[in-house]
Amino acid sequence: MRTAFIETLLDLADKDSRIWLLCADLGYSVLEPFRDRFPDRFVNVGVAEQNMIGIASGLAHAGKVAFCYSIANFPTLRCLEQIRNDVCYHNCNVKIVSVGGGVAYGAQGYTHHAVEDLAVMRALPNVVVAAPGDPLEVRALTQALTNHAAPCFLRLGKAGETVVHHAVPVIKIGQALPLREGGDVMLISTGGTLEPTLQAAELLHQRGGGGIAAGVTSMPFLKPLDTSWITDVARRTALICTVEEHGPIGGLGDAVASCLARMSGNRTRLLPLNLPEGGTKVAGDQQWLRTQVGLDRDGIVAAVISALGTTSAAHRGSGPMKLGNERHFGDIEM
Amino acid sequence: MNEALERVAAFARRIRAHALRMVHHARASHVGTCLSMADLLAVLYCRTLRLDPQRPDWQGRDRFVLSKGHGAAILYAALAERGFFPVERLDRFCDRGSPLTGHVNHAGVPGVEVSTGSLGHGLSIGCGMALAGRTAPERSRCVVLLSDGECDEGSTWEAALFAPYHRLGNLTVIIDYNKIQSFGTVAEVLDLDPLADKWRAFGWRVLEINGHDLTAIDGALKDAGTDNDHPLVVIAHTVKGKGVSFMEDDLFWHYRAPNAEQLAMALQEVESP
Repeated sequence: MRTAFIETLLDLADKDSRIWLLCADLGYSVLEPFRDRFPDRFVNVGVAEQNMIGIASGLAHAGKVAFCYSIANFPTLRCLEQIRNDVCYHNCNVKIVSVGGGVAYGAQGYTHHAVEDLAVMRALPNVVVAAPGDPLEVRALTQALTNHAAPCFLRLGKAGETVVHHAVPVIKIGQALPLREGGDVMLISTGGTLEPTLQAAELLHQRGGGGIAAGVTSMPFLKPLDTSWITDVARRTALICTVEEHGPIGGLGDAVASCLARMSGNRTRLLPLNLPEGGTKVAGDQQWLRTQVGLDRDGIVAAVISALGTTSAAHRGSGPMKLGNERHFGDIEM
Repeated sequence: MNEALERVAAFARRIRAHALRMVHHARASHVGTCLSMADLLAVLYCRTLRLDPQRPDWQGRDRFVLSKGHGAAILYAALAERGFFPVERLDRFCDRGSPLTGHVNHAGVPGVEVSTGSLGHGLSIGCGMALAGRTAPERSRCVVLLSDGECDEGSTWEAALFAPYHRLGNLTVIIDYNKIQSFGTVAEVLDLDPLADKWRAFGWRVLEINGHDLTAIDGALKDAGTDNDHPLVVIAHTVKGKGVSFMEDDLFWHYRAPNAEQLAMALQEVESP
């Protein structure tokens, strides 16, 4: 994803001299092409994220489009008040780009896992919060956010993500990307879990007895949220399953829950799949960590089958359904 | 004092009086900090900054960032006196629905570049403005006014490290060094001494002046932002509450608003030339 980002940014910066790129001493082997091509519009501020955001605000006040690049929580939580006061309150044209959303930095440990960032960034005023599902969504989003004169947060995966779309999708700020229809359940994913989500939908479809018709929607925008799409899905689907590499509070699951709760007469159930609170205390690559908490293909399939079974049971009045996955990082044995 | 500086002195008297009335009206805090930087603002707005009150968004203007956002009242007063909006609006400081909030607010207040109030933000923003301004067609300058207390903030020193390395010669910092912060004197809380040496070590051009001597302030700011390579820091030694004898150098007036009787006494002191 980071390669798709920088390639797109280079193209945009070629045509638009307002575009600047700041980094806080991270981006080795990624940002050099920008540095070499636009040395006057590239600044490595050093290991100083608060200063980076303040400088970006100052540049934006002077009419520039300031991209700030770093990894994990460094360009968000470390400098949160600068983002809130100096960027969002002033509606500055600053784009915060973080590589390593979720547990992409796997074995590097909890300090490098961005698992509360969506919740925190969503809470701020004026900001667009975006998490692309594959490298082609990255290309579309980088362009769309550049054209949107407001604060934006672009939460990228890392490198080597599978291309899911057949072509660069047409993206409008705040719009969902429906990828697959299915009447039994709608799987809605944000960010890098799009690939296992699509794999899960395919596996559900292949199950015996006619299979389970699972739709898939990529939700690249957490804010503004495509509430009209969610409402539309809820009117025709008994179960919505959200999939995200983020903690249980304030991410996609909560955003969709809030939308469903505002619908009058809604009967659609929500199955939120996410990371457990508390983070991992052990090493492991992203793929392995996903399997431990049911955010891989098989985990999603198992959770959906379980929820669909209890959904029909609940409809018969046999008691509360069990929602969410029950596994925790804390259960992992060394 | 020459005629031009006499006008600056009169401006300083007017904004001190406004600030006292505003703080009294709103029962607000921070009158001491307003008074300590009154003379600095007077020179800035009368002599230093290239501004056009009729066109607050003029691209070629100099940028001023009041990083110590708790001094809002006297900044609003200076802007009103400079013609950015009618002086009568100051009467609504902190009133319900008024854009003149107790910490600096840009929304709905012509002439305010940046909202501030949380300390340690302004110098980074100023660095960004100076970065953009030095390559702008009308090489604009940026002046950031810091409190001494916010020199405790790590983010201030991130920016202090940045500006000389990036040769932001069009950036000027003024420190309102009144030596009293929120919970005591600077020396008691977290001593900054030797402050000039710290900035010098970071690569700044440093001037130390009496922050109430208009000739000295004017002289220090005369060539602000004109150096090609080196940002300038003016350490202005000031007195908190300056101009009102019973407020001077007293932490109490960081918090307390004058009552009607105290206001009358204070106005008598600050309005007499």
